[in-house]
Amino acid sequence: MSIKVLQPGLLTSMQDLGRYGYQKHGVIVSGAMDAYSLRIANILVGNQESEGTLEMALLGPSLEIEKDSLLAITGGNLSPTINGKVVPMWRPVYVKAGSILQFGVCKSGCRSYLAIAGGCDLLEVMGSKSTYLRAGIGGFQGRALQRGDVLAVNSPQGAILERMEYFKRIHSLESFVPSSWYAGRQPMPHVLRLTTIRMTRGLQFEYFTAESKSQLLNASFQITAQSDRMGYRLSGVNLQLKSPLEMISEAVALGTVQVPPDGNPIILLADRQTVGGYPKIGQVAIVDVPILAQVRPGAAIQFQEITLEEAERLYIARENYIQELKTAIQLKFL
Amino acid sequence: MECSATMLPLGESAVLVEFGGGIHPDTHRKVKAFTEYLDCHCLPGMVEYVSAFSSVTVFYDSLLVKQLHQNHVELKEEPSYRIISVILQKIVTELRIGEGQESRIVEIPVCYGGELGPDLAYVAEYNKLTVDEVIDIHSKGDYLVYMIGFAPGFPYLGGMSEKISTPRRQSPRTKISAGSVGIAGMQTGVYPIPTPGGWQLIGRTPLALFRPNEDPPSLLQAGDRIRFYPISQKEYEEYKREPI
Repeated sequence: MSIKVLQPGLLTSMQDLGRYGYQKHGVIVSGAMDAYSLRIANILVGNQESEGTLEMALLGPSLEIEKDSLLAITGGNLSPTINGKVVPMWRPVYVKAGSILQFGVCKSGCRSYLAIAGGCDLLEVMGSKSTYLRAGIGGFQGRALQRGDVLAVNSPQGAILERMEYFKRIHSLESFVPSSWYAGRQPMPHVLRLTTIRMTRGLQFEYFTAESKSQLLNASFQITAQSDRMGYRLSGVNLQLKSPLEMISEAVALGTVQVPPDGNPIILLADRQTVGGYPKIGQVAIVDVPILAQVRPGAAIQFQEITLEEAERLYIARENYIQELKTAIQLKFL
Repeated sequence: MECSATMLPLGESAVLVEFGGGIHPDTHRKVKAFTEYLDCHCLPGMVEYVSAFSSVTVFYDSLLVKQLHQNHVELKEEPSYRIISVILQKIVTELRIGEGQESRIVEIPVCYGGELGPDLAYVAEYNKLTVDEVIDIHSKGDYLVYMIGFAPGFPYLGGMSEKISTPRRQSPRTKISAGSVGIAGMQTGVYPIPTPGGWQLIGRTPLALFRPNEDPPSLLQAGDRIRFYPISQKEYEEYKREPI
């Protein structure tokens, strides 16, 4: 079973939930920018939540599905079609061998995730299938997909296989069959609309001028074109320290908002470095990182401050929701 | 030696344990003792840690921390970052910092100058030394690996002689080859993977500092001592052909 890449898209790479445990050796975490969409895509096709999926950005790929498969597409809407017909997202879709899955214009968000039942047959590097582009390791040969690549897919097992057999028997004429239900859809930022992102205070928040602190929470920031998987570079307001701060390097985290001397904040994302020496003015709430990851360059965001307790409560509530969703979806396949 | 630290939240998934004291071997010993404790003990809910010059950041899963401390009468109503901070604070106060912990010594062969070290002559000229004197000073140093970061396996070293300190290049190179040994101000280091950079390149090592298929993937660890020793271009090439 395999997927053949006819057109690779702008940046299509294999990502999972990231490479944990190696940051002390300087190895970045990588993984999906929108981990929420990745997890839901996997749950919808009966995979482990952490299975590797294809992450595609802004301009999606064209793929030939070479064998009968069960797949799910989540995240931003990049207008997916199969053999020219619109494929609904956030649900399992049974696809017949030889079908062409093609992505088109970006209607909402900017990153889409394609999970395939069984997962791709790739060797894990340091416990992860994520592509670490700069070091050239993990994923598919350590790089983004190119035209002509063929990704081997593991055969699905158990209830998922039975479900596929069922689809095969009753829908023999259709090239694809989506389920009637969908699950886990998250609010998706619309192109160029202002998105609110919740954050807690960063470790050096108090070292910034009163004006900068107020602007951080009241002004809007544009995501510049220099943004990538490592971080979103913002422009709009110049954030200034009260006086120069001598800092020595220390760890940074997913969603850390750091401010280099030019005053333009950078939000650190999936491919962030492990340590940094710039003052940290804020920290994006973990639950809002997937939303932020769907805000495309050129669009604007506004920060809203919440307490650490609130950020933690939101995180725990979301984890509980995902577990409930997982149980409900598993029941659907029985 | 007494040990204390400040617990600072780095968002809702990490606590930065700050030992204070800046870049200093004594501070480093506290950091090292703390990470050795973390390496040997399973801390419920902890994901991983990152050690730096004067701090160790512990990453955790707040849901797991909550679940795993359900039975703790005093803490169960507290948010996870409080629970984890209390646990880490207890570990810090009970830490025993040894005076002379034996550290591993790693020897790194370097082919200085030539194509592999295009800025060696500049470093010599800037410091009013001969090229041989720069090599001698650089390779006689005793360097302490304070931390690994920035790139996989990249060591932040302390202990370089002021005599060969040289500012960064005016315009950074767009690509520096893996193994390049450089100087930037008072720092020296080795680039494990190809990267852009502004360091003055004085040589190159044939050793791989980042080994993605080995465990651990980094040749160097925080706490190691390293020594550079000069090799010829011929030895460099032989080594590249047949790594030890």
